[in-house]
Amino acid sequence: MPFEGIGASVRRKEDVRFLSGRGNYTDDINRPGQLYAVMRRSDRPHAKILGIDTAAASAAPGVVAIFTGADMAKEEIGGLPCGWQIHNKDGSPMAEPPHPVLAVGKVRHVGDPVAVVIADTKQQARDAAELISIDYQDLPSVSSTPDALATGAPLVHDEVPGNLCYDWHIGDKAVVDGVFAKAAHVVKLDLVNNRLVPNAMEPRAAIGDFDTSSGDYTLYTTSQNPHVIRLLMGAFVLHIPENKLRVVAPDVGGGFGSKIYHYAEEAIVTWASAKVRRPVKWTADRSESFMSDAHGRDHVSTAEMAVDADGKFLGLRIHTLANMGAYLSTFAPCVPTYLYATLLAGVYTTPVIYCEVKAVFTHTVPVDAYRGAGRPEATFLLERLVDCIAHDTGIDRVELRRKNFIAADAFPYQTPVALEYDSGDYQTTLRVALENSDYAGFEARRAEAAKRGKLRGIGVSTYLEACGIAPSAVVGSLGARAGLYEVANIRVHPTGSVTVFTGTHSHGQGHETTLAQLVCDQLGVPLSQVDVVHGDTAKIPFGMGTYGSRSLAVGGSAMVKAMDKIIAKGKKIAAHLMEASVEDIEFANNTFTVAGTDKSKTLTDISLAAYVPHNYPIDVLEPGLDETAFYDPKNFTFPGGCHVAEVEIDPETGVTEVINFTAVDDVGRVVNPMIVEGQIQGGVAQGIGQALLEAAIYDKSGQLMSGSMMDYTMPRADNLPNFNVATENTMCTHNPLGSKGCGEVGAIGSPPAIMNAVIDALKQFGVRHIDMPATGPKLWSIIHAGQAKMAAE
Amino acid sequence: MYDFNYEKPASLAAAVATLTGDADAKALAGGMTYIPVLKMRLAKPSAIVDLSAAGLSGITVTASSVTIGAMTTHDTVAKNAQVRAAIPALAALAGGIGDEAVRHRGTIGGSLANNDPAACYPSAVLALGATIKTNKRSIAADDYFQGMFTTALEDGELIVSVEFPIPQKAAYEKFRNPASRYAIVGVFVAKFANGARVAVTGASQGGVFRHEGMEKALSANFSPDATAGVTTDTDNMNQDIHASAEYRAHLVGVVTKRAVAKA
Amino acid sequence: MPQVTLTVNGKQHTVTVEGRTLLVELLREKIGLTGTHVGCDTSQCGACVVHVNGVSAKSCTMLAMQADGANVTTIEGLAAADGTLHPMQEMFREHHALQCGFCTPGMVMSAIDLVNSHPQGLTEKEIREGLEGNLCRCTGYHNIVKAIAAAAPLMHAK
Repeated sequence: MPFEGIGASVRRKEDVRFLSGRGNYTDDINRPGQLYAVMRRSDRPHAKILGIDTAAASAAPGVVAIFTGADMAKEEIGGLPCGWQIHNKDGSPMAEPPHPVLAVGKVRHVGDPVAVVIADTKQQARDAAELISIDYQDLPSVSSTPDALATGAPLVHDEVPGNLCYDWHIGDKAVVDGVFAKAAHVVKLDLVNNRLVPNAMEPRAAIGDFDTSSGDYTLYTTSQNPHVIRLLMGAFVLHIPENKLRVVAPDVGGGFGSKIYHYAEEAIVTWASAKVRRPVKWTADRSESFMSDAHGRDHVSTAEMAVDADGKFLGLRIHTLANMGAYLSTFAPCVPTYLYATLLAGVYTTPVIYCEVKAVFTHTVPVDAYRGAGRPEATFLLERLVDCIAHDTGIDRVELRRKNFIAADAFPYQTPVALEYDSGDYQTTLRVALENSDYAGFEARRAEAAKRGKLRGIGVSTYLEACGIAPSAVVGSLGARAGLYEVANIRVHPTGSVTVFTGTHSHGQGHETTLAQLVCDQLGVPLSQVDVVHGDTAKIPFGMGTYGSRSLAVGGSAMVKAMDKIIAKGKKIAAHLMEASVEDIEFANNTFTVAGTDKSKTLTDISLAAYVPHNYPIDVLEPGLDETAFYDPKNFTFPGGCHVAEVEIDPETGVTEVINFTAVDDVGRVVNPMIVEGQIQGGVAQGIGQALLEAAIYDKSGQLMSGSMMDYTMPRADNLPNFNVATENTMCTHNPLGSKGCGEVGAIGSPPAIMNAVIDALKQFGVRHIDMPATGPKLWSIIHAGQAKMAAE
Repeated sequence: MYDFNYEKPASLAAAVATLTGDADAKALAGGMTYIPVLKMRLAKPSAIVDLSAAGLSGITVTASSVTIGAMTTHDTVAKNAQVRAAIPALAALAGGIGDEAVRHRGTIGGSLANNDPAACYPSAVLALGATIKTNKRSIAADDYFQGMFTTALEDGELIVSVEFPIPQKAAYEKFRNPASRYAIVGVFVAKFANGARVAVTGASQGGVFRHEGMEKALSANFSPDATAGVTTDTDNMNQDIHASAEYRAHLVGVVTKRAVAKA
Repeated sequence: MPQVTLTVNGKQHTVTVEGRTLLVELLREKIGLTGTHVGCDTSQCGACVVHVNGVSAKSCTMLAMQADGANVTTIEGLAAADGTLHPMQEMFREHHALQCGFCTPGMVMSAIDLVNSHPQGLTEKEIREGLEGNLCRCTGYHNIVKAIAAAAPLMHAK
């Protein structure tokens, strides 16, 4: 048997299906008698709904039903719930205005759904949706983050004064202010973290299927966490008990966070399916996705570091405004708080930190977690600030980082912002990244590029992130309205093959392979005899899904625990069959052995005995070999590393080309190196997209200017280089695998590396900071002004 | 999309008859721009008249000209050995429109009839002083383009072919919109015995235009250096989230210089 | 309502459609070949790429009626009857050139067209530029580029 366990780059089990066109994505599913739903959405950012006339639309060909917010209100359908409650500085809870499934009374962003048309075909539904006449009274709107707090700004929710969702802080302001008063240097930086549109390639889709005989509801949906959707939608929105509601997230074409949340359309098709007593399918057009999928990022911050004369960081003080959009998306409030401010120590020994965060409502699409979620914002802020400290103090930027790193022997390390890091070695990831990128040889490359008329720069980012958000009790105390454990059910079949039922969900991560490898490793079962089942609440135990790079660290650990139980029970059966003491039974390589003898039984022998319990310790042991474990981690995991970017800028156009990108990440135990490298490559591509290309831009009137792929710049193959990716791993100390997570590191470490490189390339023009994305026109303006100034001097 | 009748006439005459008989019917060439317009419900034609069977594709090259049938795809032009030999810049331009899948279906006639202000072909037609041949007449390039999405074509008038004079030298250079990949600025430069012609697409609110300053400078000296100091008025430049008027005007100079260097 | 007759993956179909029916709608909804995907509505993403008469086309930007009489190949039609994958499919698997799999059918169809149109071989730069019409959000393209480079000689050797 080839080596297929932990550490093997086995080829993915799911690939043949995807490569042959046999994937089963939500929009590929068609239920008998299925109807099609099309949403009529608001085309204005803020307006009162004075009336909705559906008469013409109802009479259009093929139309079966039309529903509005009033129809849902009549049946006491709940609003979309928020899964995390933040408390203000004064201890009071955040503002949590209602989020109706279909707009009631007012629309609050372009894309807010007002009515749903259900018809025999999608085209008929769309034809009819246009015929709905909505009488709006336009109201003034606010779309930019800082403008939301301005005196007299239009209110998004009448009951939320000043558009302030919460005013939160962490740290002791007086202590931090005291440090600043005595510091040799104070380095200040204002910066923006640009709003992004996640754009997973599969648009969201949902099918509601009400079974008229059983009264059961099934929702097929593009979700990263079907159980969470079942809980939120069943308990809070539609009032359907879990036993009558099944949620299936089949093959899902990428998520990046945007498919974590419970969206209006899921509730609409599920509810409407019972109303019309036929299945109802909704599939988003891409331009609809732009105005209905939760966006990411959108922070405006001021950061200050107090630094001593030698460059040691003494204290950090941060003020951040975070845009929530028009309504609170499912996990939005935790992103700029517990996933952001708690990361502000980064890889540095900064002893005191104070961060205050004001979250604001605006007339824009809701903002929530997008690949990295808070941690890219913290990392961009820190790593830009560190380069600015180097700029202002004249200390070399690499030396400055080394000087302030948490030492490899300092773990466990308690930061001043709540987290306790368990392991890491930042000097090593930095050293290897500098070697792999030939950092030492850069100046020669810069000079060579200059001969070709190009401005070449190099940038470094040393970062840390927190994955596998946990433990449940702690996150509960911080406002989470959910647990953050994970579950695994390991079913050893009578002939020794294995099915894994996991509460995590794979939408590109390759769990069907990686998780199966854990079974190969621990139980010695060949990969071909292991299947992983996920994404169906009717099959799997209540799990929390996949986000925050948690699947292996939390879900994989649950599997290890469940397999421990399988082995423990197997030992009892083996002891009985081989007439030995349980304490003498050892298990390795798929075989139970009586220690010190040649007596052995394979796992298949044991599983067969377990299901055909003829010769079985039936008085003391139940039959079967099927174990479930719920694993609630003791702590987050803390991947980290160093990214080095090398760019060339064309001074005539301002366009940046990424020439080299080197990543050296510490992701803990690696199960499948091929898949880990792929995750990092993809994350880096999204980070480069954020740094150079992508921006969700609202104009003053509240329209999304970058509302389609004609205007929102998605990274393409010719925007990106080959990536030089490696890992230098230290083990997570508190989970049984030692794994930390790899899904987000690429998107977290890369944006500041790119921006530090861009700014390095332009240093002759005295540039200290540039906000993302560093587009051609933006850099050209800087270069153009810089050249003019230099010529004048 | 709103529904429509689909027609595929077997000849040019039949196509013209259908279009003339129904004011709301629209001709469909490759559809690479018009089908997206239909999908966005920005147009509501009564009928779509597919020209693919009307016998309008083909390439003829003589010692002095290249003639391309209206329904000839970009890919065909890009890969045609005779075009590549006679006017390599034209083949290169065609090979840079959209992506390969788009080039397999998009046509020169469709591009010119639509006259998108960011399309590539109009710049070649204008810079090369091509002649647009329709079912009714021949139209000089200088008379054909009449502002964005506007041409000299009348109702019931279809482009049959485009005849390009062969220049001494020519090149097309494009600075692409990073998202859509259409031209933010595209410049076609052509050197003829009697002087240079320079046409700019993508940049102007009025669609493709001839750049008099560049033509004067390059007629005197067809070299990249000659473009230095030639400015472009920002007044008529387009502005959007991807490029300001100033940036576009600046790029016209950069792109023209690069086109000349390539010619 | 008009009828369209076309051959898809070697099998002839005659289907009643609307004038406005897109080729991708015909494939997915009328013929049941759901391997071809729709990832955008502006002809940018390439998830819908199929081969029409041997060359790549965006099936979301083509009317079903325009395919009348055409020979269409979709992702489902690439593997041999015995299930042996096309070299491009095999190299995508070997080089981990797919993650969520959604862009993959269009990516593979475009990649095959790209290799077919470059019998002299492809540089990395040509591959990257040749993928201009296909978006992938998962892989960062690194492994897609590797897979195509590896598939090209295998395809030309056939």
